[in-house]
Amino acid sequence: MKKMLRSVFWNIVALSTLTVMALFPFGAQAETIKIGAILAVTGPASFLGGPESRTLQMLVEEYNAAGGINGNKIELIIKDSGANPAKAISFAKQLIEEEKVFAILGPSTSGETMKIKKIMEQGKTILLSCAAAEVIVNPVAKYVFKTPQKDSHAVQKIYTTMNDLGIKKIAVLVGNTGFGKAGKGQLLKAAPEYGIDVVISEVYDKKSTDLSAVVAKLMAKKGIQAVVNWSIVPAQGILAKNMRQAGWDVPLFQSHGFGNIKYVQAGGAAAEGIIFPAGRLLVSDVLPDSNPQKSLLMKYKQDYENKFNEPASTFGGHAYDAFMILARAIEKAGTDREAVRDAIENMNGMVGTGGIFNFSPTDHNGLDIDAFAMLTVKDGKFVLYNK
Amino acid sequence: MTTALFAQYLFAGITYGILYAIVAIGFNIIYNTTGIINFAQGEFVMLGGMIAITFNALFPLPVAIILAVMTTMLIGAAIEMIFIRWLDSPSVLRMIIITIGISILIRELALHIWGESVRALPYFQGNEISSVRILGTNISPQVLWVIGTCSVIVVCLSIFFKFTSLGREMRACSANRVAATLCGIDTKNMITFSFMLSAGIGALAGCVMSPITYTQYDGGTGMAIKGFTVAILGGLGNSMAAVAAGLLLGIIEAFSISVVPLAFQDAISISILLIILFIRPHGIFGRSDIARLKEF
Repeated sequence: MKKMLRSVFWNIVALSTLTVMALFPFGAQAETIKIGAILAVTGPASFLGGPESRTLQMLVEEYNAAGGINGNKIELIIKDSGANPAKAISFAKQLIEEEKVFAILGPSTSGETMKIKKIMEQGKTILLSCAAAEVIVNPVAKYVFKTPQKDSHAVQKIYTTMNDLGIKKIAVLVGNTGFGKAGKGQLLKAAPEYGIDVVISEVYDKKSTDLSAVVAKLMAKKGIQAVVNWSIVPAQGILAKNMRQAGWDVPLFQSHGFGNIKYVQAGGAAAEGIIFPAGRLLVSDVLPDSNPQKSLLMKYKQDYENKFNEPASTFGGHAYDAFMILARAIEKAGTDREAVRDAIENMNGMVGTGGIFNFSPTDHNGLDIDAFAMLTVKDGKFVLYNK
Repeated sequence: MTTALFAQYLFAGITYGILYAIVAIGFNIIYNTTGIINFAQGEFVMLGGMIAITFNALFPLPVAIILAVMTTMLIGAAIEMIFIRWLDSPSVLRMIIITIGISILIRELALHIWGESVRALPYFQGNEISSVRILGTNISPQVLWVIGTCSVIVVCLSIFFKFTSLGREMRACSANRVAATLCGIDTKNMITFSFMLSAGIGALAGCVMSPITYTQYDGGTGMAIKGFTVAILGGLGNSMAAVAAGLLLGIIEAFSISVVPLAFQDAISISILLIILFIRPHGIFGRSDIARLKEF
C-alpha cells in the first residue's frame, strides 16, 4: 500500500512537472508567475511573519504596477502557518501540487523550514526561506536557499564582543523553538574556541509570560558575567525586565531575533543596553553614505513605513531579500525553474537588506560574517554598538 | 539556599500563582451560577488588557482601566445574550463547545482589530526596571499591585456572594435553578450578570498583569489553561480555594525551577493536577459529598 501510494505520489509529481512545463513554455511570452509564501502571520512568531507578509504584498503591488517581472505579472499566494510545522507541511504540499507555484518564499521560522526542506527537494520547487538557523542550508539542498544571516556568524560576533569585554562565564537561555534549539547548539559548540565557559543553559516555553524564577536560578550561580538569550518570542523583552527588576545588571546579549523595535518598546527601560547582532537595516540612517547597502535600506525602510505606518524590521527585510533575489533571477533566466535555480546559485554581489549576497553551489545563504553589525539599544532606539 | 534567593523564588511563585488564581475566580463565578465552565475566560483577560491599552492612548491610566473593565463587561453580557440566553436547558457538553467556539471567535476578532503584535500597559508605578526591596530581594512594584488587586477582588466577591441579595440570588441559581425560579429569581438575568461579573474581573486581571506578561491577541489561552487547572485544584466554585490553590501551584512551579530544568515547569504543574484528580477529584479544598450532588 505504502509502495503504491509512493508511486502515485511520484506520478503526481511527474504529471505536475509536465503540466508546469506545458504551462510555462520557453520563450518570453507574457504570463502570470505564481509565487507561494508560507509565513507565520499569526501565532508566536507573528513578529516575523507579519512584517514579512506585508513586505511581500508591497513588493508584488509595486512590481505589478510596473508591469511585472519581464512583463510577467506576479500572483502572490500567502498562507498563514501560525508557526506550526504541521501546517507548513500541508501548505507546502498544497502550493506545490495544487497551486503549482513557481517558487515558495518563507517559512518564517527554522522549525517549519526544516520540516519542508525535503518536500521542496522532492517537488523540485525553489524555496527561499526567511528563517535563520544554519541547518537550513548546511548541508546544502539543491532547491533550498535562505536570506537571513547564519546563526553561527551571530554567535561568532557575540563571542568576539565578549572577548573584547573580557567576559568569560556566561549563562545561555533559549526558547523552545527550532531557532532556539539551533542557536543553543551553535552557542555551546563555539564557546570553547573563544575561551568562554557556559555555566548553565536553560530552555523556556515560547509562550512564557514571566521568567523571574529562572532569573533567580541564574543569579544564584556565582560568577556569571553575561546572559545570552536566543529566541524570537516576546520573552526576549520579559527576560530583560525580570533581570533588571531583580537588580541584576550583567550585560544581556540577544540573538538577531531581537531586530524588531517593538521588542524594545515592549521592554521599555529594561531594554536599554541590550547588545545583539543584526543586519544594518535597523541603523540605516546612521550608516556612512559610502556603504553599498545604504540607499537600498533607506528606500525599503521609507516605503514600508509610509505604507504600513509601523517601523520596518529586519524580518520584513528577509522577505524583501527573498523576493528580490527571485525577481532578479527570473529577470535573468526567464521562467524556466531550473534556469532560475541556477541563476540564484550563481548570483554574486546582490545587495540586499541583510547584506551582500554571493551565492555558490556550496553556499545557499551567500552572506558572510560582515553582514552582521553589533547593535545596542540607547534611548529606545537601535544604535551601532561601540565598546 | 539563602534567604534572599528563597524570597526571590517565593515572589516569582506568588506572581504566577496570583495570576492563575484571578483567572480561576472568573471560571468559578460562571460555574457557580450556571454550572458550566466558560472556556472564553482567558479571552476576557486578553480583551481587558487590549482595550485598556487602546483607551490609554486617549485617557489617563485609571480611566482607561475602568473603561476597559466596563467595555469587557458589556461584551460579556452581549456574549451571554447572543449565544447562551435563548438555549433551553442546554447540556454541559454543548455549553463547553459553545464557549470554546466563542473563545476562538474573540481571538480571531482581536487579531483583526489589534494585529499580531505584543502590547503592554505602562507600569502603574515606576517603569520596567524599578523595583522595591523586600526580604533582601528585589521585586517589581507591579507584583504588589497584582497581589493587592487580587486580594481586594476576593474579599469583595466573598462579601458580595454572602451578604448581598443579588449575590444570594446568584448562589441560589447555582444550587437549584428550578427552585430559584419558583422563588421569583430571574435566573436568565442572573446568568447574564455572572458573565458580566467574570468578564469584568478577567478584564481587571488583564489590566494589572499586562505590564508584567504583555498582552497579545492569543495570550488568553495559556492563562485559561493554568486558571482552569487552579480552579479544579482548589475545587470548582470556591474562590478562596482558588487563591490558595493558585498560590500553591505558582510557588511549586517557581521552586521546581531551582532543582529541575526550566523546561519541565509545565510538566510539573500538569502532573500535580493529575495527581489531585486521582486522589481528590473534588479538589484540595472541595468536599466530596457536595461534589457528588453536582451535575458536572
